[in-house]
This record gives sequence, structure tokens and C-alpha cells, in this order.
Amino acid sequence: MPEFEFKTEKHLTKLFGLEARRLSHLYNGIKTVGTSSIYYHTHRFLKQHQFLSPEPPNDFAYWIKNALNLDELSEKLSSIDIVGFLRIEDLRKAILEQIELWLEKNEDVDCHDPRKRFYFMSCQTFVISTGYRTDNLKDFLEILRVVDINSIYFHIFEAKMRLKKEMNDFQSWLIEIGRKDLSDKLSNLDPYNITLENLRKKIIAIIEKSL
Amino acid sequence: MINIKDYENIVGTQSISEIYRLSEKLKDIKVTNINSTAVGGGVAEILSKMVPLLNQLGVKTSWGIIKGDQKFFSITKKIHNALHGKQESFSADEFDYFLKIGRQNMNEMKLDDDIVFIHDPQPIVLVEEKESLKNKWIWRCHIDITEAIEEVYKFIGRYISFYDSCVFSAPAFSRKDITIPQILISPSIDPLSDKNRELDESEMSSIFERFGIERKKPIITQISRFDYLKDPLGVIKAYKLVKKYNDCQLILAGGGASDDPQGIKVFEEVMEISKDDKDIHILLLPQDDIVINALQRGSDIIVQKSIREGFGLTVSEALWKEKPVVASAVGGIPLQITHKYSGILTYSIEGTAYYLKQLLNEPDYVKMLGRNGKEQVKNNFLITRHLREYLLLFLSLYYKEDLVYF
Repeated sequence: MPEFEFKTEKHLTKLFGLEARRLSHLYNGIKTVGTSSIYYHTHRFLKQHQFLSPEPPNDFAYWIKNALNLDELSEKLSSIDIVGFLRIEDLRKAILEQIELWLEKNEDVDCHDPRKRFYFMSCQTFVISTGYRTDNLKDFLEILRVVDINSIYFHIFEAKMRLKKEMNDFQSWLIEIGRKDLSDKLSNLDPYNITLENLRKKIIAIIEKSL
Repeated sequence: MINIKDYENIVGTQSISEIYRLSEKLKDIKVTNINSTAVGGGVAEILSKMVPLLNQLGVKTSWGIIKGDQKFFSITKKIHNALHGKQESFSADEFDYFLKIGRQNMNEMKLDDDIVFIHDPQPIVLVEEKESLKNKWIWRCHIDITEAIEEVYKFIGRYISFYDSCVFSAPAFSRKDITIPQILISPSIDPLSDKNRELDESEMSSIFERFGIERKKPIITQISRFDYLKDPLGVIKAYKLVKKYNDCQLILAGGGASDDPQGIKVFEEVMEISKDDKDIHILLLPQDDIVINALQRGSDIIVQKSIREGFGLTVSEALWKEKPVVASAVGGIPLQITHKYSGILTYSIEGTAYYLKQLLNEPDYVKMLGRNGKEQVKNNFLITRHLREYLLLFLSLYYKEDLVYF
């Protein structure tokens, strides 16, 4: 049986002195920054607020709500179906489209308070082994219960969006061991709308049922 | 001496094994840290923990301190203040003297390790040696340079560009004109140190008794160096507004770093303004972490009313002890406090007084803030996270891809 190695990732956050005070600045920034910055701002919340829910799932939506008080636009950005995108460039386009539509109909908005400016960031990601590996579903389940939450994050999110795979790592391995049925069930989860701990519980429940 | 494994009970075994895995990738690397003081202030405190921990992990790490006379440190203090945004006047020869002493240190110090990690502006000139050594250099800026006086920033900025990477404590401190990689690493506290470990009641009481402070009335405390940037006079004014309605006491406690000649002047002003109130306790302390720990734990509210902050680690120290904190929204403080969730952020003396009164009268709210504050520090501001990010920082000098597989 093919082996599954649980990996985890650690981020080093990078700054580049690019800030936004107005909605139009945010728009221009989103248009020009690298894909790792778009990835960082749309996925950071998932990890940092893993115990808090509900929270806007991306930094752009959060800033638009809390610094610019534009609840409707914030909601539109929050509700972009990130799970439906395979490429960060496409996600960038979808975010820009929403802001463009808003700016066509409304005046640009300033955040006024200099302490609430938006700072563009990105990250460098280092992938390391957790030391856990298995070639069977029973052990896989036991490891899922105890492995660090960052490992779950890595195999679910990084695989699809940054490593450009069609499905997440858990799904791929389940197919390799002949459990396409379980892989399909995992594909129905929308990992962007639940906390990571709840996502872990849902995956555990799906596998537990099958054993 | 503290062992890295001692942190497992607090952050979990997986976090510690990840740190070991990352450090394995650096086992052949030697790192030298350089700053300007061995004691006093947050930088020396962090280094005194970080250096032994890195060595335990197998990353050969040393720590050197630059030497200078009083004139040199008066100039570095003015440079520090100017980078924080305070207008300072420099005489014609002062920048030259700063360079001269920096270069003297350059000739006397060992700078040929694989990574030279320079902390703050005082030793920034040492990077002139990089070209002949061909090793990696990092500049760690612990201060808020968002409103730096341009003339001084330009002078320092010339040297920043010689480094391989620089590190800031908060996103707002980064600058567009810096061409080298800018990394965000927040500082941290050590939960096992004398400053932060649990204390029993008798240890705490004996320290309050030593200073003649009775704990019958609520105590508001600010722990800080006597420095105008920490606004001790503003704290006294806020306390006086509170005192009209709530009988309470104020403790202002702190020491002076050996590179801070202005501290004594500020201390004298504080003594003058508080001399007629017996409930104000001004404590000029030598470095004594257990005393600071006891004063924080024995207080009812902790204040950090800084005008500027590099990061303001005293906030995390107090949050870790489940204390309600009222602090200015400057520097790295908003990263540590989510307003009304894990503490209180204020913008004025009146605002500080307003929230102090509220907290003195709302014990349930105080408990909620304390619980959330401790969780926030546990997740983001402990030394183990800091250590891991330093390892990643060192690795980033050798691996440039966005996604690095080990």
C-alpha cells in the first residue's frame, strides 16, 4: 500500500512597505502584488483564527469592514467561493472584479485613522515532516486525531491552491489506496467556511463511519 | 538553566519537535548576535534567552556587545529618539563620531561567522565589514521607525541596504524604500523565566512589603524605563483623574539601561510631580525579574501608556498573568491587544482614565479580558514561536523560493 507522510508547514512573514489608506489603494495593491501575497491575505485568517468563528475569511474583507465600514462589499468578498478556484490568479481577478464594481457606483473611501491602514504582506513557506507516516486507513485515522492542526491545513489548502493539484492530499491518497468513495466525500467539504478544528472533526467522522 | 523541552508542557510536544526538525537544517551554521547592552531593555532580555536555546538546538550561536563611551551612547540615544520621531539636534561631528566608534568596534570584534545578526541602530555600521567576509548579515530593528526624522533615517538607511535581510516587529514599521527583504517577527516573552513564572502568595507579599506598599486599595501599575517615550507623567495625570472617583494606588516601576543617559532626568520630573501623593509609589529598580513579576501579579490593572513603542513586551507579560491591560495603540501593542476582547487600547490621558475607572468597577469584565489575553499570548507571543521564526529567518538566507520543501 502507498504510504502517506503527514507534513506540516511554517511561515515566515514578509513585508514590503506597501500600504493602503483608501479602497482604491487596496485595489491597486491587489492588482500589483505577487501571488504569494494574495495567497497570504486570503488564507492567513484560517490559521490565525482557528479557534474563532465566524470571522471574515480573508484580510481584504476584514479591512474593508473594520477600517472602511463597507459592510456590503466586505460581505461580497467574504462570500467569494475560494474553494472553487484552482489558481490564485483567478482568485485575484474575482476579488478585483468585486471592488471594481463597487468603485464604479460609489466614491472612493478613506480609512481616516492612520492606525488602521492596510499593510500588504506575503510569506515564505517551509514544509517539514511531522514524523507521522502510515500505509493504512486505521492508523491514518489515529494520526488525524493527534497531528498538529497546521498539518491538516497543509494537506488541505496548500495542495490545491499553491501546489496546483486538482484535489487535496488526503483525497489523492484515498484514491491511491482504493477508497475513491471516501475521497469523493471529502471533496464535498468546503474548508473555507469552518474552523480548522471542525474540519478535522468532519474528516475524522467521514473516515470513522467507513471503518 | 532552562531546557527547550521544559516548554513542552505549555506549547505541546509537536511544536518542540518541529523546532528540532528546523534546527537540524542549520547544524553547520554559526551565528553571532551583536547589540549595545548586556542588561536592561527588551533586546538584551530576548538575547539572554535566545542564545542558549539556539545552542541547545545545535545552532552554534554567540553574542557580542559593542563598546562605546558616554558621548557615543548619548549620540545613539538621540539617533534612537529621532528614529522614533522625536526632533533631536545633532552637532556637526556627532554622526562622524558614531561612525568612528562603530568602526573601532568593527576592528575589535569577531564578525566572520556564517550569519551576523545585528540588533538596532547602535552597531549598524559593522556591516561595512561584510564585503570582505562574504557572509550573511541581518539587521533587526526593534523600534518603530514610521515617523523617523528623515535626516537620521537617511543616514541609517544607507547601512540597511548593505544587509541581506532586515526584521521588523510590526507591519507598520516596514518601508517602501528598503530594497532588501523585510521580515515580520514579533518579539516574545519567556513563560518559564523569573519574570513570568507562577509566584506563590508569600513571595508576592514579601516583595510588596519590602517596598512598603499595602494591597488594601486597588493597584494600577506601569512597568517601564523612566523615559519620556513611556509617558510616566501622562500615567500620573490619568491616575489623578481616576483618583477623584476611585480610591486607588499607582506604581511606576522600572530601571534604566546603561545606554540611556536621559533616564535620570525623566525620573526627577516624575518624583517632583508625585511628591505630594502617598498612594503614588515610584520605584527605580535594579534589574530584578522576580520583583517585576510580583508587581505585575499583585496589581489589579496594568497600564502601558507609551507615546512610541518598539513592541511593548510588558503588555504580553501582563496578559500572560491574566491581568487587564490598558495600553496606548502604538507600535506593536495593537498586535497584542484586540480592543475590548483581550485588553483595552487607548489614545489619550482622558481615555486611559475612562477605561481605568470602568475596569476598577467591573470585575467580571476584567476576568474575561484576562482569560482572552492569556490565550492570545499563548498562541502568538511565547519564546517558542520566536525561536522557530529565527530559525526560519536564518534558513531564508539560503533558500529563496516561496515554498521550500525539506
